[in-house]
Amino acid sequence: MWNYSEKVMEHFLKPRNVGELEGANAIGETGSLSCGDALKLYLKVDENERIIDASFMTFGCASAVASSSALTEIIKGMTLDDAAKITNDDIADYLGGLPKEKMHCSVMGQAALKKAIANFRGIQILEKPGDMVCECFDVTDLEIIDAVKNNGLENTEDVTNYLKAGGGCGKCLDRIEEIVHKTMASMATSSAAD
Amino acid sequence: MIYTDNNATTRVADEVIEEMLPYLGQFYGNPSSMYGFADMVNKKVQQARTQVADLINADPGEIIFTACGTESDNAAVNAAISAFPQKKHIITTAVEHPAIRNLCFHLQKNKGYKVTFVPVDKKGRLDLDTLYKAMSDDTAVISVMWANNETGVIFPIAEIAQKAKEKGIWFHTDAVQAAGKIPIDVKAAGVDMLSLSGHKIHAPKGIGVLYIKKGIKFSPFLIGGHQEKGRRGGTENTASIIALGKACELAKAHLPLMDTQVRAIRDYLETRLLEAIPATSVNGDTENRLPNTLSIGFDAVEGESILMLMNQAGICASSGSACTSGSLDPSHVLMAMQVPFKSAHGTIRFSLSHYNTKAEMDTIVQTLIPAIDKLRQMSPFWKDGKVV
Repeated sequence: MWNYSEKVMEHFLKPRNVGELEGANAIGETGSLSCGDALKLYLKVDENERIIDASFMTFGCASAVASSSALTEIIKGMTLDDAAKITNDDIADYLGGLPKEKMHCSVMGQAALKKAIANFRGIQILEKPGDMVCECFDVTDLEIIDAVKNNGLENTEDVTNYLKAGGGCGKCLDRIEEIVHKTMASMATSSAAD
Repeated sequence: MIYTDNNATTRVADEVIEEMLPYLGQFYGNPSSMYGFADMVNKKVQQARTQVADLINADPGEIIFTACGTESDNAAVNAAISAFPQKKHIITTAVEHPAIRNLCFHLQKNKGYKVTFVPVDKKGRLDLDTLYKAMSDDTAVISVMWANNETGVIFPIAEIAQKAKEKGIWFHTDAVQAAGKIPIDVKAAGVDMLSLSGHKIHAPKGIGVLYIKKGIKFSPFLIGGHQEKGRRGGTENTASIIALGKACELAKAHLPLMDTQVRAIRDYLETRLLEAIPATSVNGDTENRLPNTLSIGFDAVEGESILMLMNQAGICASSGSACTSGSLDPSHVLMAMQVPFKSAHGTIRFSLSHYNTKAEMDTIVQTLIPAIDKLRQMSPFWKDGKVV
């Protein structure tokens, strides 16, 4: 049984801003039916790039619903530039924390927001740089390195909890372990020089 | 509370608790000790052994007590590979309980065994052709569950056991889910070893059984004292054994009830859900299924969310979704059946006991109708009354 905070349960049982937003001019989608997690984020952005309304549709567990609901509450009223700074940790903190196995639900929120912003600005999110490591969940080596560096991840389990990488067929687990080790080693040496 | 998760665990029957309490309290003797106070406990343990044997038509001497179904499974497979150290092949199915499945993965990865995981079709039925073709002189053991815990699908154990016997291969079956729900006759089926678990049949958790056919060259998994005639070391869990004996006696008496009353209530729940909620499907072969199990998929919504909404209404069940499995894949059973993702993630398993009532099923349906609707309103994969 997942240890959900009261706020997570509240946002799950009484989610805010559910549905397709009429007049939405920015949409970001992430996840899929096969993943077991999907989020469609709708934004209504004014001419000053301020988010005047937001809504969501989610297929997923209680954490996914709560994360989406929380995200829409957080970004309403923000400019796109400020919203772009929201991290998955911000979403999790807003909810009073998420079980570590559920952190990837908040990562989905961050990803959908990024896509929505790009959608509004007419920017095409290019093919991700780096080499594909996890095919099931579309995660590259650079994303793993980034996640390890910025979130204090220490092993493959942490990586799976954050990015889902390795959580599907499992073929890439050895590769992930390799990347984690190399990244942590490089972090150690760079601080050793300080 | 409405409890419909009996394949996960069952309530200990009142009669069973009553039967075991004196052996937790007043009569704490060790059955192996040399005085009257202990001997009377030993006699109760042997009586329990007979009650267990009766449930499956075995001889009492063919029953050993273990700590759980998982231990029984481990002991059975290990005994087989120990008896035939030259043989490095194992046959099992793609839908076994982790106690067999992960054990086989371990043997494959770390002990150099080749394992054939026999696939199932979309209804969860075994591909018997593949199973029989895989049997070889190198096969140390075949382990096939009697009935599947998630879908309730029942496998043709007697037929497979017969084929295994013809080839001289040991045949083990994990009957943890089948025992107490359908009749089990080890002599008629011709199995060599069979696992059983107490907490699935209204006995306490922490007690299991391994049936070992007379004549099988069994070597112990748990090596220690001479308990269980040297087949399983460790002082007997006397109170739980006595509890299990009583539970088996009750289970045998309740078998007809399982087939009639429980089956009818399960069928009623299934019919009502399929009628009341669109885009809903049953997983598994409904012709050959345990009378108490219903695995049902709701398209475009996710299992954990469904369970949490049911939990708000005091309804207990489980799901095959990724979020609840602890991994990121839906259950390996649903995957093996190639259940489409749109319903695999939204699959709920209801598993009844003879304590459940028809009125409870009505409450479940009344709760699920708005719950599924609420989740579908939120789902990007549901629009205008269907999956998109």
